[in-house]
Amino acid sequence: MAKITLIEGVTMALARAMEEDASVVVLGEDVGVNGGVFRATAGLQQKFGDERVIDTPLAEVMIAGVSVGMATQGLKPVAEAQFCGFTMPMIDHLMCHAGRMRNRTRGRLSCPMVLRFPTGGGIHAPEHHSESPEALFAHMPGIRVVMPSSPSRAYGLLLAAIRDPDPVIYMEPKRIYRWQREEVEDDGEELPLDVCFTLRDGEDVTLVTWGAMVKETLQAADQLEQKGISAEVIDVATLSPIDMDTIIESVERTGRCVIVQEAPKHCGVAGEIAANLADAGIWSLQAPVKRVCGYDTVMPLYRNEMKYMPSVKRILHAVNQVLEVS
Amino acid sequence: MARTVAAFKVDYFQFLGQDGKLLDEQHVPAVARDFDRLTDLYRLMTLTRAFDKKAIALQRTGKLGTYASSLGHEAAHCSIGAAMHEEDCFAPMYREYGAQFYRGVKMSEVLLYWGGDERGNDFSSPRHDFAWCVPIATQCLHAAGAAMAYKLKNEARVAVSVVGDGGSSKGDFLEAINAASAWKLPLVLVIINNQWAISVPRSKQNTAATLAQKGIAGGLPSIQVDGNDVIACLWAMEKAVSAARAGKGAFVIEMLTYRLSDHTTADDARRYRPQEEVDEAADKEPLKRLRRYLIDQGTWDDQREQDLVSECTQFVQQAADEYIDMVQNDPQPVTAMFDYMYQELPHDLVEQRAYAEQFPEDGGHH
Repeated sequence: MAKITLIEGVTMALARAMEEDASVVVLGEDVGVNGGVFRATAGLQQKFGDERVIDTPLAEVMIAGVSVGMATQGLKPVAEAQFCGFTMPMIDHLMCHAGRMRNRTRGRLSCPMVLRFPTGGGIHAPEHHSESPEALFAHMPGIRVVMPSSPSRAYGLLLAAIRDPDPVIYMEPKRIYRWQREEVEDDGEELPLDVCFTLRDGEDVTLVTWGAMVKETLQAADQLEQKGISAEVIDVATLSPIDMDTIIESVERTGRCVIVQEAPKHCGVAGEIAANLADAGIWSLQAPVKRVCGYDTVMPLYRNEMKYMPSVKRILHAVNQVLEVS
Repeated sequence: MARTVAAFKVDYFQFLGQDGKLLDEQHVPAVARDFDRLTDLYRLMTLTRAFDKKAIALQRTGKLGTYASSLGHEAAHCSIGAAMHEEDCFAPMYREYGAQFYRGVKMSEVLLYWGGDERGNDFSSPRHDFAWCVPIATQCLHAAGAAMAYKLKNEARVAVSVVGDGGSSKGDFLEAINAASAWKLPLVLVIINNQWAISVPRSKQNTAATLAQKGIAGGLPSIQVDGNDVIACLWAMEKAVSAARAGKGAFVIEMLTYRLSDHTTADDARRYRPQEEVDEAADKEPLKRLRRYLIDQGTWDDQREQDLVSECTQFVQQAADEYIDMVQNDPQPVTAMFDYMYQELPHDLVEQRAYAEQFPEDGGHH
């Protein structure tokens, strides 16, 4: 079994889904001949032809709108937006159509589409390439939002997203596209779209995160271990809906929680998790819930971008704060 | 030195004059002599107008929400429905009732939608058509996506969408033209240019001589027709739909008509346009000239007109009764808003649904 990267997990899932279901089509800018600017669709057009791996004109609104139309008429489009910043004009079709198609037609039409795109900073990219807009999508009724953080989760969650009968936003943390290699069997096994993944068991504090921040959070947990502090690490993975049961169960054992997100703090997913803890987990908490987030600023250009991102040091700072409370 | 590398023209088609006479007896499409078809269209156009009047009356008496009238657009709308096959797909904006009635959407369903009930979008037929699309131009791209699906699945089906003169200023419309051109899609885009986008006149959208030329800019054959001449509308629609079905790609038709009503029942057009302009446009409206034509051809008369009017009154009343009966006696419960959010409700919505069931009453007053 080959060891593959996160982005290769994406490619493997796309190929698998296209093999098993002839109604799956891939579309986007440069996804065909070029195989995607990050190579996520590499080799797919050669394998499945240009009618199933479609190079589109350069028009994001069109990609979103055409995907909605295709999805209502028996296809399963998997659209790619080249970068997170270019998804903003697509929001009209997601919010006003994809997410409400089934509901407003009382089930007559549905919208089984996937929009996948690279998200987050940390690769020295130009402006509008490095944002973390997951909260915008997670706020939309009728749409699932998924962000894998490992090759196997990339594979299993994308398969589930494509097979899901409703629209799914699949965000790929591009900073960790090639971070780790993992043995992933191309067995067609999907992962659930509403369950967190506990990456590391611990007793003293629960660290909750997703996407590329899993990297720094696991590093922080390693350093804590050296100091004799046992941190549980949870990869939320599905940002809508959120599996609060797993998080609350963990906090019931540890009594302390730090949430780490790359996105700006205000109205972010971390805030949603914290609010749910305040509601359903308050009696287990022995310390305030802390959030370690990106700042509520414009994502800086690349010379400063790593200063924007939550660091291991900032995570440890927050953990120390919650551990100090007794 | 300059040389012309491309040159374009936009043709305008009209066959039936305002006076109900053919402009040129020698040069008319076959449909001008198909009196069964034209009579059917006249009947539907009359029904659509009767429906419109009823819907406005229901709104004025507090029985219907905001409603967008189709008054004056009957030739354009009904010809769209008449040119399509059942398996084709219609992506409307939100006032093309004539096209929808032709395709099987029930009048009570239109009333349910404007009456604030999602069940109005659950058309009894055709099941694959798109529901009304309030964001003005997004439907053009949904139709392009439907057309792409039919093309990829090798199905001889056509998608048809409608946009207004205002909507033709939006990117979605232009991006649909562009995609249809790039992929040679079986798509017909109809611009129903009724001169007014709420209070903004056609002249303020842009200075282009026609809106049809936007299709030409994207590489699509595009024409302009008199949108009050049902013969021209139907001829153009059939030409475009059959070309699209035959794999010849997409088509843009600009139908010139006039919005004789307010934008919606929430609007008062007297604030921004002179009555003389409306009166002048009313003389050109589509039913009058078709009726004159059919009477001249001996296929219509006063008795038939009277019978039709009473038949329409009855149908429209039935639809209103059905609608009122449904919202009064079979209202959607609070849980209805959760139903169909997803094929399978996620756990958080299962919880919210159960919570909402404890509070089935209204949360406030309108």
